[in-house]
Amino acid sequence: MIVELGAFALILSLMLSVAQTGLSAVGGARRSPVLAGAGQGAAIATFVALLVSFAALIYAFVTSDFSVTNVATNSHTDKPMLYKVAGAWGSHEGSMLLWCVVLTGFGAAMAVFGDSLPPRLRAYAIAVQGALGVMFLAYTVLASNPLARLLEAPIEGKSLNPLLQDWALAFHPPFLYIGYVGFSVVYSLSMAALIEGRIDAAWARWIRPWTLAAWSMLTVGITLGAFWAYYELGWGGWWFWDPVENASFMPWLIGAALLHSAIVTERRGALPGWTAFLALAAYTFSMLGAFLVRSGVLTSVHAFAVDPTRGVLLLIMMGVAAGAGFLLFGLRAPSLNRGGQFRPISRESAIVLNNILLSTATAVVLLGTLYPLIREAMDGEAVSVGAPFFNLTFTPLMILAFAVLPAGPLLAWKRGDAKGVARKLWVVLALAALLGLIAYAVVQPRKALASGGLVVGFWLIGGALLEIAERLKLARAPFAESLRRARGLPRGAWGTTLAHAGLGVFVLGASFETAWRVEAAQALSLNGSQPLGAYTVTLTDVVTIEGPNYLAERGIITVTNKAGAEVCRAQPERRFYPTGAQTTSEVAICAKGLDDIYVVMGERRAGEGGKPAWLVRAYVNPWVRLIFLGPLLMAIGGIVSLSDRRVRLGVGRRTGEVVS
Amino acid sequence: MKRLRALLIAAAAVALTAGASDPSERLPDQAQEARARTLFKEVRCLVCQNESIDDSEAQLAGDLRQIVREQVKAGSSDAQIRDFLVERYGEFVLLKPRFSMGNAVLWLAPVVVLLVGGVLMAGLLRRRETPEPALSQDEEARVRRLLEGD
Repeated sequence: MIVELGAFALILSLMLSVAQTGLSAVGGARRSPVLAGAGQGAAIATFVALLVSFAALIYAFVTSDFSVTNVATNSHTDKPMLYKVAGAWGSHEGSMLLWCVVLTGFGAAMAVFGDSLPPRLRAYAIAVQGALGVMFLAYTVLASNPLARLLEAPIEGKSLNPLLQDWALAFHPPFLYIGYVGFSVVYSLSMAALIEGRIDAAWARWIRPWTLAAWSMLTVGITLGAFWAYYELGWGGWWFWDPVENASFMPWLIGAALLHSAIVTERRGALPGWTAFLALAAYTFSMLGAFLVRSGVLTSVHAFAVDPTRGVLLLIMMGVAAGAGFLLFGLRAPSLNRGGQFRPISRESAIVLNNILLSTATAVVLLGTLYPLIREAMDGEAVSVGAPFFNLTFTPLMILAFAVLPAGPLLAWKRGDAKGVARKLWVVLALAALLGLIAYAVVQPRKALASGGLVVGFWLIGGALLEIAERLKLARAPFAESLRRARGLPRGAWGTTLAHAGLGVFVLGASFETAWRVEAAQALSLNGSQPLGAYTVTLTDVVTIEGPNYLAERGIITVTNKAGAEVCRAQPERRFYPTGAQTTSEVAICAKGLDDIYVVMGERRAGEGGKPAWLVRAYVNPWVRLIFLGPLLMAIGGIVSLSDRRVRLGVGRRTGEVVS
Repeated sequence: MKRLRALLIAAAAVALTAGASDPSERLPDQAQEARARTLFKEVRCLVCQNESIDDSEAQLAGDLRQIVREQVKAGSSDAQIRDFLVERYGEFVLLKPRFSMGNAVLWLAPVVVLLVGGVLMAGLLRRRETPEPALSQDEEARVRRLLEGD
């Protein structure tokens, strides 16, 4: 009964979003507050109906109602509760429903919180958001209904892929989708502004909070995914340049470019066309991501729910939305205002450079991801484009961007003082170089390239700290004065510093971990041991255990330091899930400050003298925590900026900002 | 307990190798082993979903690793080993496409896109060099009216 109610609510929300589109569009065109208000009401109702539908799906998963096809193929009575709930968005159908929930949720948010927008722009934006909703809801209802019933319910479900039964992955899709779909609001606001022919500073101010929110959530989502890959896939890697990873990374890169160019448009009225282009591109890349992941046109380690015919539908939807967007953009672009002037050395120029590098990086990722398809279509040759290609092309672009980054926030708008900035920054550069040299001299084995990476990391962190110190006049003014300035500083400034420093933290971690990780792997019999860098790894015991829906062999592995003292007792498992006959490895990780000792239990094999032995793989991953901490800082930076009064209120008033 | 044991043995049968770090596969010469490991990162496990043979636990990845290790041991150069693999399995086996005419688009695109960006930026800055025309008297009067009216 509840499931039928959910299915009804799903169809109802499709009807309501048709009404939302129609009422808002006509309301906008006729400047009718009544019709526009009705459109807002429809937007809220759509979201509420869809929430009911989503709750019904979660209910079906929680109660293991196997008469629902989606539950029968993706759940199991033995599954822990968290993964039953998360199963609701673990499948293709469920994840598309989640997409619709977020999409209509943002539509409702514009209806509820959009009072600062001009009525007409708001009506058009809600109409466009509604039209996106109609497409995705129609797809969900007609081609991928998560609440469809089975004629004969099986006794037991087929369970969720055990690799996906994990807390990080349970929360990964919601964050990722809020990020992806958050760009839909940016798209809708841009379409509305393009319809009205007014892309200006005020528009840039309106899209900023949505861009910040979407980008921050996307950052969290991608980081959770990388963290999951790190400890679940069992070889310590965290980024594989896999098509599915790239699919989420492209909107992130474009989102980062948009965040910066929108500042230029907001503050200086410059680059309106380019900013509008990026605003449309961000959601286009989000939809491209959905298409790449869900259609299975590219083989990937993460694609768990793929279907080619649905892929075609998703491609058509993406084509319609992107086509309409860029067509309108093409028509309006020539008439857009060019905005304020600036000199080659200015903050505007620095941000333009940032945008060129980020866009080129996006193009590289896009081409690398799609190239196997292109080549296959061109001459039938099957080729692969993997990590080595991206490391060789993407990384240099980013190093260029990082090299100029600290100068950006220090430069004045319009006409910057290159010499003044260089005078401030050379101390940071000298310090970063010194730290890099120390690392080169001290850390064994010696690695020049990785030490260079550390210089870049320290340069970014130092630059971010210097910028905030400059704003506070730290050490140049009395401390009380700095404190007063700190209180008066807009949150956006703190956000910038956090995000830029977070990037540096990530670069430090990535350089250190990649270059200096230590690996050891040997078949150990009981009480056998192997050296691992400065540690010794001993297989103390092996026990068999029975989990809720799996059986496992658990190794008790003692890690000792040079002095023989125990530093950690790792308990990695090799799990066997009888449902689906899948074996997975449960890694054990001991955190030692910023480092991880990472232990993997392998299969049993015959050791010396016929005694059983187990393959034990162990790694020391130095500074690996920074790889996940850095992006987290960036996301926090985004959220801190979001809480800035100017952004929150959507007004351009300057509130006690200290002009340096 | 018996059922448990039987299932675990079944599980062990499903598992294959332990990836490139498996001690039973290693070459005795450390320098050669290190070279082989570097090469592994560039070779695709053909039956896997986008994994290099360095990461993969599949049987075929183990076979490919053995081929590469044997060639390294026999003293082949990196380029010779890549050629050998391509001849046998096609270009698909390389995760880093070769610099060739067929792949020109892929390798040149980053440079071309960057150059286009640079040219556009230069154009933008040059255009900005020309000063904006001064306001006419009419316009200035309108500006004053607007500012005062605000």
